[in-house]
Amino acid sequence: MPDSPSVATVKISVFRRLTNSCATLFAIAAAVLVILPLMAIFLYLLIKGVQSLNWAFLTQLPKPPGEVGGGMANAIVGSGIILAMASLVGIPVGIGCGIYLAEYGRNAFGDVVRFTSDVLNGVPSIVIGIAVYSLIVVRQKHFSAFAGSAALAIMMVPTVARATEEMLLMVPNNIREAALGLGIPKWRTTLSISLRTASAGVITGCMLAFARVAGETAPLLFTTLGNQYWSRSLNQPTAALPLQIYTYALSPYDDWHKQAWAGALILIVMIVAAVAAVRIVTSRGTLKGAS
Amino acid sequence: MGVGIEVRGLNAWYGKNQALKSIDMTVPANHVTAVIGPSGCGKSTFVRCLNRMHETIPEARAEGDVKVGDLEVYGADTDPVEVRRRIGMVFQKPNPFPTMSIYDNVAAGLKLNGFGNRKQISELVERSLKMAALWDEVKDTLHKKSGASLSGGQQQRLCIARSLAVEPEVLLMDEPASALDPISTSKIEELIFQLKQHYTVVIVTHNMQQAARVAELTGFFLMGSLIEYDKTEKIFTTPADKRTEDYITGRFG
Amino acid sequence: MIPDSEKPTNPPASAEQTPKPVSAIPTLAQAATERKAVTRSAALERIRKTHPRSSGIQDTAFRVLILFTAISVFAIVAFIVDQLISKSHPTLHAFGIRFFYNDEWDPVNGDFGARPFIFGTLVSSFLALLLAVPLSIGVAVYVTEMCPTRLRPVVSFLVELLAAIPSVIYGLWAVFVLAPLLRDYIQPALAKTLDWTGLFTGPPLGIGMLAAGIILAIMVVPIISSITREVLTAVPQNQREAVLALGATRWEMIRMGVLRNARIGIVGGIILGLGRALGETMAVTMVIGNSNYISKSLFAPGNTMASVIANEFSEATGDLHLAALVEIGLALFLVTLIVNALARLLVWSITGPTGRVRA
Repeated sequence: MPDSPSVATVKISVFRRLTNSCATLFAIAAAVLVILPLMAIFLYLLIKGVQSLNWAFLTQLPKPPGEVGGGMANAIVGSGIILAMASLVGIPVGIGCGIYLAEYGRNAFGDVVRFTSDVLNGVPSIVIGIAVYSLIVVRQKHFSAFAGSAALAIMMVPTVARATEEMLLMVPNNIREAALGLGIPKWRTTLSISLRTASAGVITGCMLAFARVAGETAPLLFTTLGNQYWSRSLNQPTAALPLQIYTYALSPYDDWHKQAWAGALILIVMIVAAVAAVRIVTSRGTLKGAS
Repeated sequence: MGVGIEVRGLNAWYGKNQALKSIDMTVPANHVTAVIGPSGCGKSTFVRCLNRMHETIPEARAEGDVKVGDLEVYGADTDPVEVRRRIGMVFQKPNPFPTMSIYDNVAAGLKLNGFGNRKQISELVERSLKMAALWDEVKDTLHKKSGASLSGGQQQRLCIARSLAVEPEVLLMDEPASALDPISTSKIEELIFQLKQHYTVVIVTHNMQQAARVAELTGFFLMGSLIEYDKTEKIFTTPADKRTEDYITGRFG
Repeated sequence: MIPDSEKPTNPPASAEQTPKPVSAIPTLAQAATERKAVTRSAALERIRKTHPRSSGIQDTAFRVLILFTAISVFAIVAFIVDQLISKSHPTLHAFGIRFFYNDEWDPVNGDFGARPFIFGTLVSSFLALLLAVPLSIGVAVYVTEMCPTRLRPVVSFLVELLAAIPSVIYGLWAVFVLAPLLRDYIQPALAKTLDWTGLFTGPPLGIGMLAAGIILAIMVVPIISSITREVLTAVPQNQREAVLALGATRWEMIRMGVLRNARIGIVGGIILGLGRALGETMAVTMVIGNSNYISKSLFAPGNTMASVIANEFSEATGDLHLAALVEIGLALFLVTLIVNALARLLVWSITGPTGRVRA
């Protein structure tokens, strides 16, 4: 063995031990610093939101600016309607796109579709709002719930499509072959067999898309506009919860600030409830032992 | 020069399952000792306990006395990091660092341990690669090719060179040739034969012929216990324990 | 591969057409063949009744329908681009490239330049990344390498939860909690200690560029950390063991065996986070202070490309004003397009196009 200064005699230096401890501390600190605002936000939502939550809030229309009292009933209902309409269009189109990508699109064209879907996913929501504004609102010459749902539906499609594709790809091929071998046509195999097997994941994807657009405000700014009263039709400006929160938060009225917190609490509860409901429904529906 | 290993009462667990039951074994310096046995017998676990790699698995722990030279591996004041520097390990599947060149792969351990002098590192890299019988094949592409661009057998020799660079006293090899083709395997076996001049080698193998070719001593493990430990010749010709005989003759395993 | 069952078939020459074998005692094999032939044909009959030969037509119809939904994605993107370009035509024509370095935003006199907003977007996003990247990587490393196994799902769930909070709620919290915190404690402290940098001058308003950067950072952390976690987990265990076996401390193992291997993916995650920060509207709009001027200080109010659209679109005075805002939207679209594409390429180089880890 040559006797050049040997590694064998090097002891673990203090510097290395110190660096190791510092790195550990930093990682823990990072975790704490990230979770802290989360806790803070939920805490404030809970405390400030509950303070202003009362029956009047849930059932009454907004009062004129400056007057204390009133509620966001129209916004809650409006959001519900807009989200329902958006889901009615966004989810089927998204699932269809996902089916395409998984079952028919394992080729170059499919790659292009996938890429386009990703592009759509990354478009800032306000830009979608602008596009829908000029596409629908300008043409109709008025704001509407319909335009708002169109914008939200557009935003739902890529999320649903991606989830559907991923889940369908996880369905083992031998199940498909078994169905086809029984003489079941491909379209029915896809719907009744593959999609059903993947249903838990697909539903989760739809729920994720729903939760994401439920809180979106930007696309509604110039499509639905908002409304201090009940809308009499879907073709009118409609109140929506995120819009109302936004308007109230930026207003100079203290009472409206309080109501903004209450509205935010309702919004979060809505989102969490939707997520939870879907989780419960899907877990009840799966067989024991099914993944 | 290599040092001897003294194992007394080594026990190891994965969670609640006991994988090693009170192992006693003395490995002489500068010899090649093989550890054989059927799947799940604890031979890999045993070897990983020697350099305290076993405890890196969550829920795994080991207790007992292991003395490598003058180092108490499981001593209260012993730093596992130091243990691992002094006891090298080569794994079953070659695992060179793909983002580093061949040179950087071999030098990795040196840089970790605070070796700064470029000339010294260069010398040590060359020496290690020569000892691993890889120098001639890679000396022109040391900095250009990545560690992962070599063939399987070359990658494993690179991993051996990497382990040797930090000048361990003991080299542990966990089925080093099982992922390789026969030609690379025989190259590795030749290498092991050469290495024993400078190091103490413990090699885990499921290939009994390999143990017979390469090792002077062989230990037979079964279900977490060391059944028999003796000169390789004796184990394979006149084993003392019937279980050893059954395994050797292929009645199970 | 088109399995035979897809093609419309004539019933095969089954046992019902060929005469049954006449023999005194059928052998076992013969009996089995008979049984099989009978049951096969009966099954086929049943299937034929429920799925007539038009199943081929049904399949085609379904395929067309599905293709239609796939094409609709193209159509949507095409519509968006078309609207953005056509509606911004007036200002594209009037100002050309000057639009992007002119810093006058004057609706009254019809002079529009987007530089203040480009500046605002860049500064707020850069600040957000500066804060978010170390935190995200730190959290990801903590969760994948250091966290006790039992805590792992809890911590990762909490971080994912951050991603679920709507932007407007972040904005709400930022206006009523973060901004006062900045105004009363953090900004004065920064002004006192880091005054020499020139970045913390001016009255502490609470709202402004700093607030926007901070709230953006919080919003971007879940994205970067979740991708980082994905790529860290994708690093094979034997790489970690190889570094440990050389005598490395845990941090050295993470640095050399994990982070180093995951570099590319982490950068991809950061760029994806950047893409999100660039397009983020509501929370930023609520705290950035709505000022169309460029200022060096982080305490000053400003506007980003997204926030100026949100603030001025509904009350745009005149077609040129509107077109200017749409053009900003077009620019935003292009920038996020490029950034997101780049990010996807980087992340896919490690995980493969479907997001699954390559073996």
